[in-house]
Amino acid sequence: MKNAEFFIDYSRCIGCEACVQACGECDTHRGVSMIHLETIARRESVQTAPQICMHCEDPICAQVCPADAIKKTPDGVVQSSLKPRCIGCSNCVMSCPFGVPKYQIDIDQMMKCDMCYDRSSVGKKPMCATVCPSGALTYTTMQDIQRTRRGIPINEWKFGGEVVHTKVYVMVPPEVERVDINLVQIANTDAALPRDPYDVALMLENA
Amino acid sequence: MKKDIRNIARASGSDTMHATTWGLLATAALIGGILVGSRGLRYFDPALVSYAGATLFAAFGLGYRFSMWLRRPPTRLYWFRGWEIFLQPHRFFGNLAHLFEIVWSNIVLQRFIGRRSRMRWTAHWFLAWGCLMAAAITFPLSFGWLHFETLRSSQQIYRAFLFGIPIVQFPVHSIVAELMFNALDIAAVMVLIGVFAALWRRGRDHGAMAVQQFADDLMPLILLFAISITGLFLTASTHLMQGLHYTFLSQLHAITVIITLLYLPFGKFFHIFQRPAQLGVDFYKRAGVEGEQAVCIRCGSMYGSRMHMDDLKRVQAALNINYQLANDTHYQDVCPPCRRKNLALIQDNMWKSTASES
Repeated sequence: MKNAEFFIDYSRCIGCEACVQACGECDTHRGVSMIHLETIARRESVQTAPQICMHCEDPICAQVCPADAIKKTPDGVVQSSLKPRCIGCSNCVMSCPFGVPKYQIDIDQMMKCDMCYDRSSVGKKPMCATVCPSGALTYTTMQDIQRTRRGIPINEWKFGGEVVHTKVYVMVPPEVERVDINLVQIANTDAALPRDPYDVALMLENA
Repeated sequence: MKKDIRNIARASGSDTMHATTWGLLATAALIGGILVGSRGLRYFDPALVSYAGATLFAAFGLGYRFSMWLRRPPTRLYWFRGWEIFLQPHRFFGNLAHLFEIVWSNIVLQRFIGRRSRMRWTAHWFLAWGCLMAAAITFPLSFGWLHFETLRSSQQIYRAFLFGIPIVQFPVHSIVAELMFNALDIAAVMVLIGVFAALWRRGRDHGAMAVQQFADDLMPLILLFAISITGLFLTASTHLMQGLHYTFLSQLHAITVIITLLYLPFGKFFHIFQRPAQLGVDFYKRAGVEGEQAVCIRCGSMYGSRMHMDDLKRVQAALNINYQLANDTHYQDVCPPCRRKNLALIQDNMWKSTASES
């Protein structure tokens, strides 16, 4: 698929986990699923949200890597850490604004979504976008997404004072110019609510 | 090592000047080592001068690149933190014992590579130990640190000298002699096993094929193959072909070694010098587990060490990454799962506010 881009729309996720299963089929990280699927506020809703790597233009994970192990391909895909270099420090895991990299303790290495590079580098859709039934994860052309969705795709984020541009787009209402994260919502979380050992909803959310 | 860790992530002065200085120091140290170790060049073999010259260049390149690498804020902070933790008096002996444990597991046996795949481990273990064995023989020989002589009283006894001091003697026709004289051939065979295993894996693994690059992944294998095969040709020429084309083959072998030495600081082989940093990270993590834990401001769960999060804030400041949020909170104090949940909630709120306005 020529000129295809990746679009994420959290609100469309139905929590089917097809992406989680399909992700593990990718040849570049065989058997290890790199996608995150979060339950959001289990006490109030069944909302779920997938998170893939957003492939930042100037990846913070790469900037904070002491081993210089995270590289971006010329087509803008941020790869998993280079195996000979990664020293398993987890700086990338803890610094990524999107919470994407995973530290694999058994092999002492960081791995992350690489947009199924064995597929996307030859024009195929990433595994997750291939199987997502609701269009929460979509790999298509900009024209196609603008024609079929009511929101607009944007790729500019602000985390506190840090502006981040990404290769992956998120669908937002038409008047939004960038996603501004200046306050973290803490309502309905463990930290904000009194401890309840029998709160199954929170147990599920934190599982 | 008691430097002010708050500012250590930010290096001062010119990067190039520092790196050039360290490169020159490494070269000067090696020249000094050659002069002293060969007893004022008395045991230096002029036939091996091209190897020594290329090694001097490699020493400069390694000093330069290592220094440049340590100028990066995250590397710099880990470097000083790692040493600081390792040398703490109350931890020192425990750290020393743990160091032997992780050197044995991570470097000698390379277990963490075995957990990635058996074929990868086979390739890497044979390549690593073949190369290290060859380096342990070739470098001392080319620096004049190691040489062999026959006894004056008997041509049947060989003596090995290290830094001009006799260390061992053995009969010319013995198992020890065979092992010593053929050690480089053994190393070459080990490297060839590793090269073929690596090429086998890289030729069949679709994931590796998608991301591998010629300069980084295939070039080192080609260089190691060239060194090993031309080295074995020398033995074949001596023992099987009455020295046929020996001069040409020895020059060809020297060229392959010199090209590899020149490539050493800049290509994939640099990881040989970079990788031991993994040991420092291990001590850092152990100290982190023992210390105070960071608690997520959103969910209240522990998600790492306080020391790690505070150090990351310093690294981010040195890199001009500004994660400071409103309400005097910091994005670094939010755990990764909460960051992901928050993104979905923010998008949700955008749609809700749009709906309420319309």
